[in-house]
Parts: sequence; structure tokens; C-alpha cells
Amino acid sequence: MSKKINPPDKKSDNIIITSLPLQRRAFLKYAGAGAALSTLLLSGCNDDDDGKFNGVVDTPPTPPPNPNTTPVNLGSGDIGILNYAYALEQLEAAFYDMVVKHAAFTTTFSNATERSVLTDIRDHEVAHRDFFKAVLGTNAIPALTPDFSLVNMTDRNAILMAAKTFEDVGVGAYNGAGKLLTDATNLALAGKIVSVEARHAAEIREMMKPNTFAARGGTPKPGEDAIITMMGLDLALTPTEVLTLAKPFIKNSINASSLPTS
Amino acid sequence: MNILNIFSEIEKVDPEVYERFDSRRQVFKYMSGFGKKLAAAAVPVAFGAVFNKAYGQTGNNADIIAILNFALTAELTDSTYYGKVLAANSPDLPAEAKAGLQIIFDNEKGHVATLQKAITDLGGTPITIDEARLDYTAGGKVPDPFTNYATILALGQAFEDTGVRAYKGQAPKPALMNNNAVLQTALQIHSAEARHAAYFRRMRRMSQNQEANKPWITGNNRGGLPEFAQAVYAGEEATTQANVNIASIVAGTVASEAFDEPLEMAQVIAILNNFFKEGQKLPG
Repeated sequence: MSKKINPPDKKSDNIIITSLPLQRRAFLKYAGAGAALSTLLLSGCNDDDDGKFNGVVDTPPTPPPNPNTTPVNLGSGDIGILNYAYALEQLEAAFYDMVVKHAAFTTTFSNATERSVLTDIRDHEVAHRDFFKAVLGTNAIPALTPDFSLVNMTDRNAILMAAKTFEDVGVGAYNGAGKLLTDATNLALAGKIVSVEARHAAEIREMMKPNTFAARGGTPKPGEDAIITMMGLDLALTPTEVLTLAKPFIKNSINASSLPTS
Repeated sequence: MNILNIFSEIEKVDPEVYERFDSRRQVFKYMSGFGKKLAAAAVPVAFGAVFNKAYGQTGNNADIIAILNFALTAELTDSTYYGKVLAANSPDLPAEAKAGLQIIFDNEKGHVATLQKAITDLGGTPITIDEARLDYTAGGKVPDPFTNYATILALGQAFEDTGVRAYKGQAPKPALMNNNAVLQTALQIHSAEARHAAYFRRMRRMSQNQEANKPWITGNNRGGLPEFAQAVYAGEEATTQANVNIASIVAGTVASEAFDEPLEMAQVIAILNNFFKEGQKLPG
């Protein structure tokens, strides 16, 4: 695996609020050293990190495009980030809609409160999805084609596991994308949504296992019990990390190459 | 001119050169496309503007320090309370809830330490709160705040829902938006607070005959909290976002739940002041 652009801070358990130095290889991009490189994994610096660009650019393996779906380009700037959020909300809304509309819903979830919770979450995600669609207007990406064939929709645990992962990824996505927005109004809107996603995440987690709502651990990951660092910080994920995690659930190829990276 | 070389040369004498750009997009703007459109002679001027922004002034961190000290005030008020509850070790507090409270307390202590370090790093002085100033009975309105299970859950809900709104109100402020690292950390605290809030709300739903008290906030319903806590939920009933009528997408109650609302600093201070003794109130 080549180096990723802007790898996550490996030392997130330490108290760090100093700006991370701008990665040199990411900076190459700003300096116009190449074409649009966001989708490329650069190995442009030697491992000894002497700062010299060795000119090598690795392209990741490209999966064959699905002929039945439209490739989707998220776009750039704040629009790109809002489309990125719109893509995730589309995925979440489709997932919960499938859960609550499934013929086995009332038997898979025999507890009425749990059914009410999942229905509420579906409604919230639909509200988020259609909100972004309205805000983006003609800049909105098209409707995506989700694929939840990996999730057994008659298995309570499988559904909750997927839900837990989607919610954690959603929270991490918004937390990581906040700094990529330039308009304060957009950041305020993202803030209004992310805390609701975090509430979903906590509730889903408690439905699975008590006291995992904000369980602490050394290396938190989406869907795992430990989700909060030992300093009390929730996940923050890059668009690259998020879209990699979301990939198995979306049939469209998503082009995030124009998204801002800092 | 080889821009990369300039940076690597500067880095030899200033390893933090890349950190001095409070917005990396600023650099991007000047160096991609935009730069090419400029006459060659203007490039150094544009480039100089970037450097001037980075090195021209050390910058005034007062705004961001004020925001972080405000957040620290809220965190200290909350974490002091949880510490006292855990120390009281009430027999009324079920073991599972106690374990959940311990998680929250540990997270809050992490938030306090994180904020203190951020303030110190920016050259500020982290505020402290003398425990003698605090009164968790809210002037007698909340009896047995450390031992009564229902009260512990209720105060926890109020503190966490307030915390969520406090961070949400500050995140879009220019001081935070201009500092990527601090902004992201604030967002990472913000969503942790929302997880805590959802937990308290769930525990109240399950154990306090508060079936309507969901993990998310419905309208401006305070879910059986005392009347003085209404301020925690004022404005949460909003169903229009960025001129989009969310209530036309989903039912009005759900539309209000789907978006949490911010509070401004003064509103949060007013809520926190319920727990500060007369003559010891927070300014603002």
C-alpha cells in the first residue's frame, strides 16, 4: 500500500492541538507540481523524508466501472464537501429505509421502542439527504445506487453492526470535513447534523452492548467498541478514508479528486 | 522560481514553516491556476502576500483563547459535577449507570486537559474554577444532586445537551475556522458530548418514565427537567434550515429532531450560572 495523502495523526492519543505540518507531498499538489493528484497515492517523498520529490506517482488499482451506474464527481470547494455529505446521507437514508420497510422488520426488531428508534433515524437521514439536495440545487450529484447485499436484513445484530459503522463513519466524516469548509454557514449546518449523527451512534451502540456509547480506547475505529480516544476525542476521518469504507455499499464510482484536502 | 525550494530552504531555519499558514487554502489559491493567470512580475507580490500573512505578525490569539476558555468553563462545570457524583457513590446509582458515568467523566477530564493544553500552546492562561463557587442544587431547585439517580441523569442530560450547543455555536466563529487543528479538535469534542447526551437521554427514557425523551431532542421539549432548564432547549424546535422547510420533507417533530441548534456564548453562560452561587456568577 502506498502512502496516503494526509495520513491521519497517529498520535491522536497525545494531547495535540498544534497544526500538523503540511505534508510535503500534499504541498506538491498546491504548488502545481502535477495534475489533480487527490486520487493518486503519491510516493513522492523518499522514506528518509529528505524532502526531495523523486517524481514517482503511483496510481491505485482502479476497479472496473459498473456499467449500470453513473460515475459521480463530487466537485470542488464547499460544494464538493456538501456533495460528499449528501452522498453519505443518501447511503444512510437508503439503509434505514430498507431496514424499516423490510417484511421482517417487526420480527427482527420485536421491541417497539427499537422500531421507533430506527424509524426516527430513517426519518432524520431522509431529512438530511433531502436538505442537502435542496441546498445544492443544480450542483447536487445524482441519486446514488446503494448496495446493501452485504447486510443480512433479517439479522438484528448484522443490521445494528452496519448501522453502528455507518453512524461512526458519518460522525468521523463530518468531524474531518469541518476544516475543509470555507463558509461559516456551511460549517454551522454541518455542526447541526453531526451531533444528531452522534446521538444515533450512541443509541445504536447501546442497543448492541451497554456502555459502548462513547467507549474509550487507544485506536478508535468505526464500528469497533472503542470509539473515543483516551483524551475524550471522537473520530475524525478524511474523505479518502470515509469513501474507502463506504465503497462496498455504493455501486457508483465516486470521484473525490477535486475535494479540498485542507 | 522554484517554490518548493523556497519552502524547503525556509524549513531548514523554521521547521514550522508549514504551520504558519493559518489557512492552507490561502497558499493553494495563490499557487494553482490563479498564480498562472498573474503576470510573472506579480507572482512574487502574490507570493509575498502569503508569506506576509504567515510571518508578518505573530497574530492575536485572544479570540481563540477566549473561546477555548469558555469551553473550558463549561467542561469544568460538568466534570466537577460528575466527579462529585462518582465520589458520593450513591447506592441509588445502578452499577451500569455508574460505569457509564465513569466513561463520561473520563472523557470530560480528557476534554479539560486538551483545552488547557491548547490554551497554553496559544500563549493563554487556562481558567480555573474554585469548587466553592459551585452549587449543584441550583439555589435549592435541585435537591440531592449527587445521590438521587433521577437527578443525576437529569443534570447530566442538561449539561451534555448544553455542551453540544455551546461547541456548535463556537465552531463557525472565524477564530476557530482559521485554525484547522483547533477546529477539528473542537468538533471531536462536540460529537463526544452528543454521544454523552444521547446516553443520559436514553437512561432517562428507560428508567424515569420518560418514554418521550428520545436520544435526540424533540422540539424544545425539556423532557421533564425543571423549568429553569428550559433555556437548554430554547430554539431546538426549529424546522427550517438554510431556508429549506424540513417539515415539508418529514413530519415536524422529526424535522426538529434531525438538526441540533447552536447557542451563543452568553446563552450558555446564563445556563451555567444556575450552578454558580450568588456573588460567584460567571461574567457575561
